[in-house]
Amino acid sequence: MSVIRKLGKWGLGTFERLGRGHIFLYHTLLGIPEVFARFGLLVQQMLSVGVLSLLIIVVSGFFVGMVLGLQGYNTLVDFGAEQSLGVVVALSLVRELGPVVASLLYAGRAGSALTAEIGLMKSTEQLSGMEMMAVDPIKRVIAPRFLAGCISLPILATIFTAVGVIGGFFVGVGLLGVDDGAFWSQMQAKVDFSEDIMNGVIKSIVFGFVVTWIAVFEGYDCVPTSEGVSRATTRTVVHSSLAVLGLDFVLTALMFGNI
Amino acid sequence: MSDNQDDVLVRIRDLHFSRGDRKIFDGVSLDIRRGKVTAIMGPSGTGKTTLLRLIGGQLRPDSGSIEVDGLEVPKLKVSKLYELRKRIGMLFQSGALLTDISVFDNVAFPIREHTNMPPSMIRDMVLMKLEAVGLRNARELMPSELSGGMARRVALARAIALDPMMILYDEPFTGQDPISMGVIVQLIRLLNDALGLTSIVVSHDVQETATIADDIYVLSEGRVVGHGTPQELAETDSDWVKQFMQGLPDGPVPFHYPGTQYAEDLLAGSEQGRGA
Repeated sequence: MSVIRKLGKWGLGTFERLGRGHIFLYHTLLGIPEVFARFGLLVQQMLSVGVLSLLIIVVSGFFVGMVLGLQGYNTLVDFGAEQSLGVVVALSLVRELGPVVASLLYAGRAGSALTAEIGLMKSTEQLSGMEMMAVDPIKRVIAPRFLAGCISLPILATIFTAVGVIGGFFVGVGLLGVDDGAFWSQMQAKVDFSEDIMNGVIKSIVFGFVVTWIAVFEGYDCVPTSEGVSRATTRTVVHSSLAVLGLDFVLTALMFGNI
Repeated sequence: MSDNQDDVLVRIRDLHFSRGDRKIFDGVSLDIRRGKVTAIMGPSGTGKTTLLRLIGGQLRPDSGSIEVDGLEVPKLKVSKLYELRKRIGMLFQSGALLTDISVFDNVAFPIREHTNMPPSMIRDMVLMKLEAVGLRNARELMPSELSGGMARRVALARAIALDPMMILYDEPFTGQDPISMGVIVQLIRLLNDALGLTSIVVSHDVQETATIADDIYVLSEGRVVGHGTPQELAETDSDWVKQFMQGLPDGPVPFHYPGTQYAEDLLAGSEQGRGA
């Protein structure tokens, strides 16, 4: 009996939180127009959410590209198809690894920071203080961060992909001796703009929206204690990583799966 | 100022509020008079801070009425509530300063948010407010560089930035050394009289509060158990209020957590020992 009761309680709690999350998103979206009126706030957040994540994105992108170059070459060379290395590297990055890995890194680097910052603002009564000064914290604090995240992630994912291709080029052409011209021309011929690149961009836009939503909501909704903030930060990384991987399957199935 | 010019600025009637199953307020009624310093006192956990949040409209009561300057707070629309809040300053226990901007910018924050004043005028206003709390020369410091007492004074300067009609003080004396406590005690009274404010001070520091309050309400277990001037409360007949005002360790609020008798407990232990 107690198991059923616990299950029911858990279910109700989860749905209540989901509801709160959506109402929160609704209020955040309503606050977006005001962000454009105060552009400085957005630029400031783009700096901390986007620009400061650049290093990890560039370094990881380069390594992922290099690994793809190595693995791709070892497989393709058996079939004498190493000239297609450019296509393998580019398609893997553009369709999947660019948006997905960049989003996972973004969740760990910027998402957790957003949650911790907002959570600490809540626990030190800064959000409450703003409310009492007749300043809506959702418009002043949440909306600029949310918009900055939604804009930053697609750009970061694009940079990740571009740097990854350079990493693949460095290993394939520079170290393993694949033909320079074949690497680029095959890539140009086989990577389709709307089919591949745009679908990758759409993925990164969706991931940016979801990850930033989870991050700002977890911060805003956290229990205002040090333990509560730490739990919320962990939840941000876990939930957003799962959401990215789950959504990636759904989006891939819709875009490429012919399901 | 609204048309409502009667003597009472905040009128609370039959207020009920609970968190989960726990009743915080069970029929509280009180009046806060204009121009006075009114103290709300009571032991920790009686919901004093909750009362301030109810007055500020951050929480909604289960039932009862909270009227501030003629406006029924729980029924106000968000935009009207925000308009009202512009006329109310609140000093949080922690200060609640924004940690990523300087003292100057903290005090300027509400002015910049709610007015279109030119920067030179904002600067003058901020300096005036900081001068009033004695921290004009600390304006370049960041909140992390301030002591607890200074942070509270900066928060006070911020609370009076828009020249409010009323200030709510949440435990302003807690955790202060004697000097900064003295400064804050004096500032509350001084600002109230000089700026023609109405002040509500929530506190459990009896001595400090009694020196500045015109009127004191004592709350316990969700009800008002005492009301009067500091003098009247000092001469009260109520055992409970007497225990609270004089800080006696035992009385109607027992020293021992309720449960079995001491002797019974000891005997039970020795019987168990014998049985083993």
